Amino acid sequence: MTSAAASVASGLSSGFDESRRTAPHVTIRGLSKRYPDAVIYDAFDFDIPRGKLISVFGPNGCGKSTLINMIAGLVPADSGEVLFDGRPLSRVKFGYVFQNYREALFPWLPAFDNIAYPLKLMGVPKAERKLRVERLVAHLGVKIDLALYPYYLSGGQQQLVSIMRALIVEPEVLFLDEPFSALDYEMTLFMREQLQRVFMETKTTTVLVSHDLEEAVYLSDYVLLLSRHPARVVEFVPYDAPRPRTDKTMSESSFVATKAHCLKLFQHEVRRG
Amino acid sequence: MTGRQQIARALLPLVGVAMLLAVWTLVNGLKLVDPVLLPSPTETFRTLWEGMTSGKLGVDFVKTVARTISSTAIAAVIAIPLGILLGSSEKLYRSVEFLIDFFRSTPASAMFPLFLVLFGVGDRTKISVAAFGAGLVILFNVAYGVMNARKTRLLAAKVMGASRTRVLFDVMLLESLPQTFVGLRNGVSLALVIIVVAEMFIGSTDGLGQRVFEAQQLFDMPGMYAAIFAAGALGYALNLLFLLIERRFVHWAGR
Repeated sequence: MTSAAASVASGLSSGFDESRRTAPHVTIRGLSKRYPDAVIYDAFDFDIPRGKLISVFGPNGCGKSTLINMIAGLVPADSGEVLFDGRPLSRVKFGYVFQNYREALFPWLPAFDNIAYPLKLMGVPKAERKLRVERLVAHLGVKIDLALYPYYLSGGQQQLVSIMRALIVEPEVLFLDEPFSALDYEMTLFMREQLQRVFMETKTTTVLVSHDLEEAVYLSDYVLLLSRHPARVVEFVPYDAPRPRTDKTMSESSFVATKAHCLKLFQHEVRRG
Repeated sequence: MTGRQQIARALLPLVGVAMLLAVWTLVNGLKLVDPVLLPSPTETFRTLWEGMTSGKLGVDFVKTVARTISSTAIAAVIAIPLGILLGSSEKLYRSVEFLIDFFRSTPASAMFPLFLVLFGVGDRTKISVAAFGAGLVILFNVAYGVMNARKTRLLAAKVMGASRTRVLFDVMLLESLPQTFVGLRNGVSLALVIIVVAEMFIGSTDGLGQRVFEAQQLFDMPGMYAAIFAAGALGYALNLLFLLIERRFVHWAGR
């Protein structure tokens, strides 16, 4: 580790009150991405705040998923820079949750081993892997039989296993790409509560791509509204209702107003195209 | 479902068997076909039973099983690693795809003379032709299994920090297993066909193919039907065996 990176790391653990940190967690500068038929991002700049849950929302095909995929290194950017507290992605522990949990989990491993797999990659010994998974399960209050193979679990349970697999490495940043869009409505509502609980418990910087405005506002501290491509920030809308938020939150005037504001901006963007 | 319905459902496959036996008995009883050409079911199955338990048919059966299994084993040992290698690079596979498809389409029986020249008259020729045929089937199935590994699953492993080797062994290999078993089942069926044909025509002294051929030459019709049934039972049992192994080891296939 270089001395600069070391000092950043030590700053994180020297008893400094984390809640007082105001520097952005992830800085995105000059990010560009071009597909053969469209320019998706052209010198895109953005700062992701620390310890917040932000939702990315915007018109279809504007590159919501492409954004987190570039940040998480799944899709190479044509140019630009993404730094996590000044460090490149390769030095950062992060978690990523796919929309398609069925294809993201390993069906040949029981749910427990799926969750522990990232630790295995890191070379953590078996006994400790077991301990850490058990601790996470207890921490989140998960009630799933983790000895089962994923295909015996419901869709929501499988996605919860995916989220736990992303959390097991104690990531600095958690990315979720439309994690609930393959679930039915009942399960979606349940999973929103699970995610909110995870966030309240861990305070991990979280970036959620969503195609559901209600969900985006309900879960987030900020909604990042993107324009049609080439995407730019239309507005970074704050929403600071206290947590835990409940069904009642959704009928409060601040929720309704925030959602209406986002919808107005969104529709303006859609018509502009 | 009630217990009686379950039993009825389990017995359903036997209806076809019973129908065949009934028609056969009827045809035989009314002498619609010359009884010399079509012996009665009882006579045929008695010959089958006696041949399998105490006669030469049992020995021939074991010989054919041994040849089929060894050729499939040789094919698998060569084709599975090669298939993984080819499948892990689409460019590599595309560059040899035509060759594989060409030889896969070539009737293996057309290769007999060549292999006779190479290996002489004997077990080595039979086993190597069968291994050649089965190997190509296994090879292309394994390669396709690896190539068609779910992209999300590979990305998931990559995003968790898995190296290329880890992705290959932890994900691609397991992803390709269902397709590998499809290849093994098709391969063993093909190997049996080739072995039986080889036993008929390439100077054999034993094996089910030789038994069928010899019975025909001696006009021993019950013996011939018995040998045919033995070959059929073998083919069915091999397929079933591989299905059972597949269910045990690839429990997630199709889920």
